[in-house]
Amino acid sequence: MKTKVTMDPERWKAEVLTKYPSKVAKKRAKSIVVNEGDEVKQIQANIRTIPGIITQRGCTYAGCKGVVLGPTRDIINLVHGPIGCSFYAWLTRRNQTLPPTPDSPNFMMYAFSTDMQDSNIVFGGEIKLKQAIREAFEIFKPKNIGIFSTCPVGLIGDDVHAVAREMKAELGINIFGFSCEGYKGVSQSAGHHIANNGVFKHVVGLNDTPVEGKFKVNLLGEYNIGGDAFEIERIFEKIGITLISTFSGNSTIDSFEQSHHADLNMIMCHRSINYLAEMMETKFGIPWIKVNFIGADATAKSLRKIAQYFGDAGLATKVEEVIAEEMAFVAKELEPIKARTQDKTAMLFVGGSRAHHYQELFNELGMKTLSAGYEFGHRDDYEGRRVIPTIQIDADSRNIEEIHVEADPTRYKPRKTEAELKALEAQGLQFSEYEGMMTEMGKGALVIDDISHYEMEKLVEIYQPDVFCAGIKEKYCVQKMGIPLKQLHSYDYGGPYAGFEGAVNFYKDIDMIVSTSIWKMVKAPWQKESVIEAEYAL
Amino acid sequence: MLLRHTTDKIIEREALTVNPAKTCQPVGAMYAALGIHGCLPHSHGSQGCCSYHRSVLTRHYKEPVMAATSSFTEGSSVFGGQANLLQAINTIFSVYNPDVIAVHSTCLSETIGDDLTQIIAKAKEEGNVPNGKYVFHANTPSYVGSHVTGYANMVTAMVKTFSMKSSTKKNQVNIISGWIEPADMREIKRIANQMMAKIVLFPDTSDVLDAPMTGKHEFYPKGGVTIPELISTGDSKFTIGLGPLCTLDACIKLENQCKIKFDSLELPIGIQATDAFITALSRAAGVQVPDSLTDERGRLIDIIADMQKYLYGKRVALFGDPDTLVPLTEFLVALDMKPVYIVTGTPDKTFEDRMASILSAKVPEAKYKAGERADIFLLHQWIKQQGVDLLIGNTYGKYIARDENIPFVRLGFPILDRVGHSYFPMVGYAGAMNLVTKILDAIMDKIDREVPEEKVELVM
Repeated sequence: MKTKVTMDPERWKAEVLTKYPSKVAKKRAKSIVVNEGDEVKQIQANIRTIPGIITQRGCTYAGCKGVVLGPTRDIINLVHGPIGCSFYAWLTRRNQTLPPTPDSPNFMMYAFSTDMQDSNIVFGGEIKLKQAIREAFEIFKPKNIGIFSTCPVGLIGDDVHAVAREMKAELGINIFGFSCEGYKGVSQSAGHHIANNGVFKHVVGLNDTPVEGKFKVNLLGEYNIGGDAFEIERIFEKIGITLISTFSGNSTIDSFEQSHHADLNMIMCHRSINYLAEMMETKFGIPWIKVNFIGADATAKSLRKIAQYFGDAGLATKVEEVIAEEMAFVAKELEPIKARTQDKTAMLFVGGSRAHHYQELFNELGMKTLSAGYEFGHRDDYEGRRVIPTIQIDADSRNIEEIHVEADPTRYKPRKTEAELKALEAQGLQFSEYEGMMTEMGKGALVIDDISHYEMEKLVEIYQPDVFCAGIKEKYCVQKMGIPLKQLHSYDYGGPYAGFEGAVNFYKDIDMIVSTSIWKMVKAPWQKESVIEAEYAL
Repeated sequence: MLLRHTTDKIIEREALTVNPAKTCQPVGAMYAALGIHGCLPHSHGSQGCCSYHRSVLTRHYKEPVMAATSSFTEGSSVFGGQANLLQAINTIFSVYNPDVIAVHSTCLSETIGDDLTQIIAKAKEEGNVPNGKYVFHANTPSYVGSHVTGYANMVTAMVKTFSMKSSTKKNQVNIISGWIEPADMREIKRIANQMMAKIVLFPDTSDVLDAPMTGKHEFYPKGGVTIPELISTGDSKFTIGLGPLCTLDACIKLENQCKIKFDSLELPIGIQATDAFITALSRAAGVQVPDSLTDERGRLIDIIADMQKYLYGKRVALFGDPDTLVPLTEFLVALDMKPVYIVTGTPDKTFEDRMASILSAKVPEAKYKAGERADIFLLHQWIKQQGVDLLIGNTYGKYIARDENIPFVRLGFPILDRVGHSYFPMVGYAGAMNLVTKILDAIMDKIDREVPEEKVELVM
């Protein structure tokens, strides 16, 4: 039987730190914070993982190729490097896509690689890269090719950008490169930034053909894992919102090229995509707001923000109609489930936004989040964007290019006047703002950045949450301890979890998790001492 | 169609790999190292390598896969990874307390030329390796060979580091295991046990990557070859290497280092390869083959004879690793099936000859290719040119199987979408029974699903 222990989080922290060598303990101490209710404390984030610590984090390449560019179907993503990097990023993120016709391009099921050999490392890989691009063009006739650099590429000095320019001229299609070598940053996060820069420089704004629609928006930082984007698209369609582009889920380069026609950018995953929103605002005058379609209440709130932004009475009415209809369905589904999930506890260690967003769904289930943290978040994702000016830029961040962007001489068009923006702000609509995770977490909650395997085991052992949320590498460790783990990268191959129908899917899956019988059968009858004693007593 | 851009028109490629039938060295090194008891594999490179390798192994086994990383940043890539590895060793022994750390390199640390021998020596000098604990390494540059090469290099490093000849010979046989599943390693031990042959099997991932649910996460599960056992391999009377690509180097190393003769065999998949293994083990250990194994063999032959109708002449496409593909092809030919298309991304100079000796007489039309650009895309194009009745390969085959409506048997690495491969063996006669049952199920399920209603058979 599980025995719930209540340990003061400060004591938990002190005890965990004793296990580390003193230098390591000193560093980790700053990344483990016991949340205060009202005042947000400073947390250390986006710094190097200590070698030897078993971390959840991946690399820059994973963030660039896997996360941001991966879910787009009409581009050949060619990985320049030894075979592994391409192999591991092949279809493993569950980004769903729905090409409109059987003939529409869709390269997402394919893995492309230059499969560099030792001779390419010694003599350089540019010739092989060019040849691979020619062959990809000849066989597949794509309109776009992206080149992704893996670790050795930067070290041997292959210039993927020069190759891209040359091949673009030769083949007459859009070809662009990313210097996203795995070692470039401290986590996937650096790769997101590099991907944002590349997409902005080489794709956004290429097609000036106007887009029809009254309420035109882009959704940023939504990757259509398990079909999340499909559900959001369903809701937008029902309301009459024109979604030009999703960066990047169920997406196309074609749609990115026209994305500058939107009148509003909405950010889901702040960490991975805020750079693009900022640059689009500067260049084209499109304001951005933070939204969240994870959680039925959060979805309703986000939809109201859109209505508020456009200030159209018809839209506002339609939004309220849809919310009323969908929420009735959600409430009906939630009620019987909530009886089983109420007062249960959760912990979330994942991503750069999910550990925050999914707390909404747990709240709706009446569950309490005891502890949470990001794998690759920055301080602003924890403490809110107001801390950005105070974040120290270290060597690891400095080597990621900051693009200098200016207003486009002909296409910059502020969507709202200063006065309009002020008025909207006065009504509570925040632009270019994200409050972060910590403001919404309870007093006494443990907030831990880049959690180590050791810390994770200690959390589970001491606090015994009813469900632990993380990724595939953590899943079976936690489950071996008798605690179910919900994967929030892959959703355990379920979903969608976004929007209204998604929220209901999530309720059902958590209900399943906390109700699964097998956890009660871990011990064999003869392993239960009390049973044997009772027998002998007879 | 999932693979809508694949056509039957083959354009010669010199540089582009599409849908690879291999991955890179380090994951093989990580898998092999998990077959040592109390061992924490360590990836000397950037975090992504370790993360990817742990992820793919975890998805394949649905089990914890513990490994650490040197977490390179740009600075370490410029100045070398020595400081990272030294700190990692210190941190790992303090926090995770393994008996052994098995370090493998990556394309990153190999390209910058980190000298692992020197760095590990320095860690020892500085007192960062506690008494009675070990740190050893294998060089596994990702731009040479494949995951199979990485496995082989780690196994060879085990021999190099641990195998030691003492003055006393031991009445035991070394079995060096190629890349097979925990269930297969367990099966090899069962066979040896039935024969009453004393063996040391390494690496051995049984009871590591198929650990029971107990309510406790054993960071170092009870399985794996122990260090004393590994050391004792230098005193064994003979060595059998199963799967030449994975184990021949280790066999040779062990012979050179400790003067132990060896047999290099195919993995015991199918009838002939299992016959060869049991014969060799019987000879090496000086034991008789018990009737129980002869009976197992007989049961296997019996199933095949009973179900010949569904196997005879069926065209098969397969992809995977050479050490698996060679005995598997031999088995398929023994079933009177026709393995017509075979690819492996793993370079293997002996592949063509090994395949030719199996196929040239019985399936002269067969096409096979190993190494760069021998990928699943090419295999699919061959299938588009002329169809097959069965596809055998890892999970990535499911897209072809669905597009072309081909019965599909999952075998190889990785299998991401089914369970069972780590629990039910494919080696030995019992494994061959599993395999032939799976093949029959796949083929016969399609018949049941698609045959016209008036032709549905109750008894098959």
